[in-house]
Amino acid sequence: MAKAAALEVQEYVFLVRRAFAGLVTRPIYRHDIVEQLDAIGAGSLTVVLLTGLFTGAALALQSGQTLDQFGARPVVGRLVSASMIKELGPVLTALMLTGRIGSGIAAELGSMMVTDQINALRALGTDPVRKLVVPRMLSGFLMTPVLTVISDFIGVFGGWIVARVRLQVASGLYWSSVLKGLYMQDIWMGLIKPFVFGFIIVTIACHVGLRTTGGTQGVGKATTVAVVAGSVAVIAADFFVTQVLFSLLY
Amino acid sequence: MAALATEDARQILSERGAPVIMFDHVHLAFDEKVVLDDISFTLIKGHTKIILGASGSGKSTALKIITGLLNADSGVVWVNGQRVDQLTENEMMGVRADLGMIFQEGALFDSLTVRENVGYKLYEETDMPLEDVDRRVEEVLGFIGLAEHIDKMPSELSGGQRRRVAIARAMAFKPSILLYDEATTGLDPITATTVNDEMIKLRDLENVSSIIVTHQLRDAFYVATHMAARDRDGTIRIGPASADKEREAEFIMLRDGLILFEGDADALRRSTDPYIRAFLS
Repeated sequence: MAKAAALEVQEYVFLVRRAFAGLVTRPIYRHDIVEQLDAIGAGSLTVVLLTGLFTGAALALQSGQTLDQFGARPVVGRLVSASMIKELGPVLTALMLTGRIGSGIAAELGSMMVTDQINALRALGTDPVRKLVVPRMLSGFLMTPVLTVISDFIGVFGGWIVARVRLQVASGLYWSSVLKGLYMQDIWMGLIKPFVFGFIIVTIACHVGLRTTGGTQGVGKATTVAVVAGSVAVIAADFFVTQVLFSLLY
Repeated sequence: MAALATEDARQILSERGAPVIMFDHVHLAFDEKVVLDDISFTLIKGHTKIILGASGSGKSTALKIITGLLNADSGVVWVNGQRVDQLTENEMMGVRADLGMIFQEGALFDSLTVRENVGYKLYEETDMPLEDVDRRVEEVLGFIGLAEHIDKMPSELSGGQRRRVAIARAMAFKPSILLYDEATTGLDPITATTVNDEMIKLRDLENVSSIIVTHQLRDAFYVATHMAARDRDGTIRIGPASADKEREAEFIMLRDGLILFEGDADALRRSTDPYIRAFLS
């Protein structure tokens, strides 16, 4: 069991190393990178917008009730922005992306493995890591922060709708509270985390996909493993990255 | 530099009768299961080697070792004058430039059209101008009689058409060696004959050396005993092979990772080995 786990980690590290080498040496498959930027970025927009909106709205509702006990309802924006930007935006966006992108990548690469398409690529002189992993890794790394920023904004916007309609907080008061609750360190934290999460989600999914065996059943299993391992890794990474950033930024 | 064939080797390889693939005492085992046990054989330029055997006898594994998709535990493998068992994945890319492989079930890229599949290597891995690639793709698809399907997706093709597109993809970049992994398995006899005809045409008209892995005896004997010729008006005709031509197709029978038989079609038919008799019956 421990040996198998160590082997998995070793193979994962090898894959990441090869992907990094593929980033800086030729050939680079540019059109695949553009395709993946679109698939991962634009393709995930709807799910990220909906998640962000309802998270911000629910957060405003919950914190509004709590703040009422202290007569501090007008500062609801401060709680929404701080929570969304530092923690909920990055983590929830990453978890949604794990479900959407992680499962998709594992299923796609897994299907290619069990139908010999990966071997066909190699036989045709293409390195599957350069062709399949590098574009996805780069796109996940770049698009996750972009999607997180969008999720943050839409979350704060969702909070504003609830604050205005349900909590009867004036718009001006809400927005000034949003800004007051934010410090530069929070923004850095909210921006740095998604780079790490995007990298983790995609590389785990690629690793799992490329090690798929056992036909269609294997593809299903790989998809589940990619989502579960990706989600756990995101939450664990959140803890460690937060610790590191706390010691560096605050 | 060891990966590069010397000028002498190139000279030898360009001659008739040159060995283009050589398996020398190759051994491979997965855990306790021995897949190939001390296997040796040679493929001569322009000839056909037909590897027969039951499922799991190590036939496909041998092809994967030749293309570098798998590494043998021991033994030496030469492909086109290069010792491939010592090459890295990057170095193997050079060897694969002259090596085409047709996978079981075709292994077409299902997100690409027939045109993109067939021209994949030329579009992605060469600097050939797009117009030239398109022309080559149309030429190859015309050769295998699938020109009208050029813009279809693989999912829109029948099983036989997919195998033929796989052959077109493997031959598009004009490799001198083609490896067929169960190219006719699961096809009806008529479609299988169409695929067999493509193999014969490539061997006899394009001078492609080939290794055919199959357990379909009918197809194996068909390829071994037929030849293709182009008439003066350009029509391609497939008919019975001459005795000399028949001898250029050599059979290997694998059983439990060992070579049970090696010889031409006639010798295989005359074999008295009980396992071979059972296999042939």
